[in-house]
Amino acid sequence: MSKIIELKKVNKWFDKFQVLKDIDLEVAPQEKIVICGPSGSGKSTLIRCINRLEEHQEGNIIVDGTELAENTKNIEKIRAEVGMVFQQFNLFPHLSILDNCTLAPIWVKKLPKKEAEEVAMKNLTRVQIDDQALKFPGQLSGGQQQRAAIARALCMEPKIMLFDEPTSALDPEMIKEVLDVMVDLAKGGMTMIVVTHEMGFAKEVADYMIFMDEGKIVERAKTKEFFENPKSERTKLFLSQIL
Amino acid sequence: MILTNLKPTKEKINTFLPLGSIFVIFAFLDVLTNTFLNQNITGFLPQTLSYIAPLLLGYIGFYLIRIEFSGIKFLDKLNKNINSSNFNAFLTLLILFIIIKAISPLMNWLILEANFAGSSKDDCTGNGACWVFIKVWFNRLMYGLYPDVEQWRVNSAFILLFALVGIAFFVPQKIKKYFIIFLLFVYPFIGIKLLSGGSFGLVYVETAAWGGLSLTFIISAFAILFCFPIGVLLALGRRSSLPAIRYISIGFIELWRGVPLITVLFMAAVMFPMFLPDGTFIDKLIRVLIAITLFEAAYMAEVVRGGLQALPKGQYEAAKSLGMGYWRMNVLIILPQALKLVIPGIANTLLALVKDTPLIFVVGLMELAGMIGLAKTNPKWLGMAMEGYVFAGLVFWIICYAMSRYSQNLEKKLSTER
Repeated sequence: MSKIIELKKVNKWFDKFQVLKDIDLEVAPQEKIVICGPSGSGKSTLIRCINRLEEHQEGNIIVDGTELAENTKNIEKIRAEVGMVFQQFNLFPHLSILDNCTLAPIWVKKLPKKEAEEVAMKNLTRVQIDDQALKFPGQLSGGQQQRAAIARALCMEPKIMLFDEPTSALDPEMIKEVLDVMVDLAKGGMTMIVVTHEMGFAKEVADYMIFMDEGKIVERAKTKEFFENPKSERTKLFLSQIL
Repeated sequence: MILTNLKPTKEKINTFLPLGSIFVIFAFLDVLTNTFLNQNITGFLPQTLSYIAPLLLGYIGFYLIRIEFSGIKFLDKLNKNINSSNFNAFLTLLILFIIIKAISPLMNWLILEANFAGSSKDDCTGNGACWVFIKVWFNRLMYGLYPDVEQWRVNSAFILLFALVGIAFFVPQKIKKYFIIFLLFVYPFIGIKLLSGGSFGLVYVETAAWGGLSLTFIISAFAILFCFPIGVLLALGRRSSLPAIRYISIGFIELWRGVPLITVLFMAAVMFPMFLPDGTFIDKLIRVLIAITLFEAAYMAEVVRGGLQALPKGQYEAAKSLGMGYWRMNVLIILPQALKLVIPGIANTLLALVKDTPLIFVVGLMELAGMIGLAKTNPKWLGMAMEGYVFAGLVFWIICYAMSRYSQNLEKKLSTER
């Protein structure tokens, strides 16, 4: 099976501090991968390298057949294919929800405005906030904002979705509505890499679990095996603390 | 016994309030009659006491009103705002009396004893202002030394501008775009041609003859129009990841910010032509315009940079993650938010620009304040500096206040907060 994301021996430093150490990772189309680990283990940095919000210094990252390197055009092409959802939503506060969703399709993918609006409404309906389309981000609750952010990413019709702790900034009662949307998305066949501490969500949708610590991938296993029979002591300790 | 009687209770409401009011009313009556009717009703008292009598009476009155439980909403509000303590009551009285005292001579000078009719300095016989001066020189204050018969050209240039701006507010969004492009890129050339002439059957009027309020407007409008985009580019340049662009921007901004405008203008007018090859000539007004524009652009750049830095990193990341390149990210996401944040700072810079225009006198160009400087030294009109500068101040204030109101309006309109 061909791989849609390949990382080979990726190393990254922040000044002298090494945040990623020899990361090897392969993701096949439609696979769902959940990355967990203690804070500071490099999991966010890893997925931010996949759309080059962070630069890696050594190794290769190949996304959908395109190598991520200095070439700006390649980077923009990959970013248009890789959707990203952030912990802090990062909606554009000066634009309505609908404009948030249509801006990139119109200016990056060059869709006609009408078509972009249709796509946006379709995706907003999918995340169940189509009735909020004309409001501004500041008028929505956290859960609604995060769902709008997911819809915004989906409007680019990405092949891959990256989630960087999408529920960590939400009030507990809003976490479920966002997770529901993500489960729905997973069932629809999207390739997803999710950094999260929501183990219930991981058990439900993940094909593989990855456990990271101190910049290294400590364990990569099928979800069932990961939870029932973790191999490394570090993983066992981590799971015993959060489950 | 007396002390207990001085403490208000709910039963004694009717004693303290009327008594206090009488004291206050009497205090104000004293000041008012003193100021406007020249009658000192406390004249029977020793001089010092008579002088401070209104303060003393008002103070006692305010005290009585303050200690009262009147239950009247208006009085509660008054007590809270201007009469909350002994010190506040004293300050309130003092300020009100000073205002009353000041109004009278001010009104006398401005209007009551001022002269409006006539056509020469000799017609000004009153003690007040000689507005005849402004009336006689009005034409020059507006148009500078622009020939009288050609002044319709200045008028029509401005009428055209205002008409275009006015229409642009009402036309539908789709056409508005073209209106704005026309205003920014075509109108300036039409305007300049109309003013300078030299073709289309218009008589050539050299820029040295331009002046007065119309020159204030011309310089302000051009400088505002061009300093803004240059400032934005400099702000982006200063935050660029390309070292060459960053250092050029920093160098440019720091150079222009570090030099006084008056020096810059002098350089532009006097020194710059020395560096030009023989035979080339750039009009003095254009040199001055470029100098002011670049000078204000440096300030604008720093204001805009403040806005850029206030935006959270997440906005940049979100824009990038959607596949936007540098320019799309900045034009669509970053600048609209950053500029909205710094509207007060932008307004500040532009107001300062308008008020800096009188400095062009150092190179011999005379806008409104410069023309007044010229008129007041005219032998027939010596001693009219006060009238002239009060008038200039008023005109500048109106322009600047209008700009300030517009910026507040814009801020409100663009607000998307809850």
